[in-house]
Amino acid sequence: MTETTVAATATEAPLDYPMPRASGCPFDPPPQLARLREEAPFSRARIWDGTTAWLVTRYEDQRAILADDRFSANPLRPGFPMQSPGVAARRTNGKRLPFISMDDPEHNRVRRMFTSYFSVKRARALRPRLQEIIGDLLDGMEAAGPPVDLVSSFALPLPSLVIAEILGVPREDQPLFQRESRVLISMNSEIDDVLRAIDSLTDYLEGLLAAKERDPQDDLLSHVLADHVRSGATSREQLVQDAILLLIAGHETTTNMLALGTLALLRNPEQLAAVRDTEDPADIALAVEELLRYLTIVHTGRRRVALTDVEVSGQLIRAGEGVILPNDSANRDATVFDNPDSLDVTRQNARHHIAFGQGTHQCLGQNLARTELQLAYPALLRRFPTLRPAIEEDAIRYKHDAVVYGVYELPVAW
Amino acid sequence: MHLEIDQERCCAAGQCVLVADDLFDQRDEDGVVVLLDANPEGDAAARAAEAAALCPAAAITVVGS
Ligand code: HEM
Repeated sequence: MTETTVAATATEAPLDYPMPRASGCPFDPPPQLARLREEAPFSRARIWDGTTAWLVTRYEDQRAILADDRFSANPLRPGFPMQSPGVAARRTNGKRLPFISMDDPEHNRVRRMFTSYFSVKRARALRPRLQEIIGDLLDGMEAAGPPVDLVSSFALPLPSLVIAEILGVPREDQPLFQRESRVLISMNSEIDDVLRAIDSLTDYLEGLLAAKERDPQDDLLSHVLADHVRSGATSREQLVQDAILLLIAGHETTTNMLALGTLALLRNPEQLAAVRDTEDPADIALAVEELLRYLTIVHTGRRRVALTDVEVSGQLIRAGEGVILPNDSANRDATVFDNPDSLDVTRQNARHHIAFGQGTHQCLGQNLARTELQLAYPALLRRFPTLRPAIEEDAIRYKHDAVVYGVYELPVAW
Repeated sequence: MHLEIDQERCCAAGQCVLVADDLFDQRDEDGVVVLLDANPEGDAAARAAEAAALCPAAAITVVGS
């Protein structure tokens, strides 16, 4: 019987990936993923360029693959399932690959040049500065008066300002990296626009690094130049591409968590009240993990390619075959999370989510992101206890077309 | 319970410090894990097991219980 099942799975026509979400369920992953988890945990998916890859939907299998160094994150390897034409063009434009696209041991060697800036201790030390920025932004919202767009007045400026300060990017240059990263994060961007955005960010960072070499400051880029570029452990060209990664990953993600997370809480008033009214930071920390799990905003699947034949849960994946690992599916796996489709800010095992990925590529900025979210949600909800959306559900524009999910704008009133 | 860590594998995600900052720390220079207590007991042992389960790099091993 087992063999018939396997044969049936293999002959089933490949499904197009990414899949659409169900209308009216903006917080839930595409319903097809739930069916696949039950019926065909390893299925075939067809992507934008017509190629097919394994679509692996269960939590345990995704964790196993992401932690297995027989799978590569290098998009230049044949068979790697790229996310969009833009990502493909960008990865083959002759520039150095950032460390998110490298494999160990080289990946970890480069990653460690940045890890000290994102440790738990560093994130905790940033709290007073984060509180100050959050307070200023909330003052601005209050002064402007309702309705205000939560994205442009709060969710975007907070993480943008923070990652810019850590790297040492001047405040006035934020519009540049915000604009270019919007192009890079969209899956529908024209190839020419993607290449231009990368060139523009590359030129910008080359100039910035030159300025920091002449006049070092106490910031990440100055320190990495002094500690690792000067010694030859990394190159200036490599640092430019890694810095672009940090800038983009540092604000696109947290921005979307802040806005979409606030919306999810507004739609679940009891959960919102629990986050707003607790005095215990441990409750807030757990609520943030649950929002990360429930929303899993990096929603287009981790991508890897097998370096050798590998068997995972009895399924043979051949050398050169691509795999797509939709973390949003894993985070709704009922074998790990009870009632996975409900938002429960008191869920005890919420931190077992893989919204930050898994394996040695697991998010470098996770402790910074956690700290930003843990401070921002309660501060926002306490400042405006009557916060509500000032837009009809039908009019909300969700980021279906972006690598990172969220809302383009969220008008709110109080 | 006895714990072993693999600093070579560690990717400095910090998950262990989040669940048990009495047992684990991160090196200042590169965030790599430092073991503060290799033989946790009782409640601390449960948190150590959680840290081992969460570690993305599988750099924490529980040897015996
Ligand atoms: C809630 C916010 C965030 C989410 C949901 C998120 C999610 C993720 C995910 C899923 C990965 C894994 C990529 C893969 O395996 O292919 C990742 C990696 C990464 N993230 Fe984040 N991220 C967030 C915030 C941040 C922040 C604030 C930074 C700031 C520095 C950041 C920097 C990075 C970097 C550099 C990597 C690549 C790590 C590596 O390859 O070793 N992220 N993130």
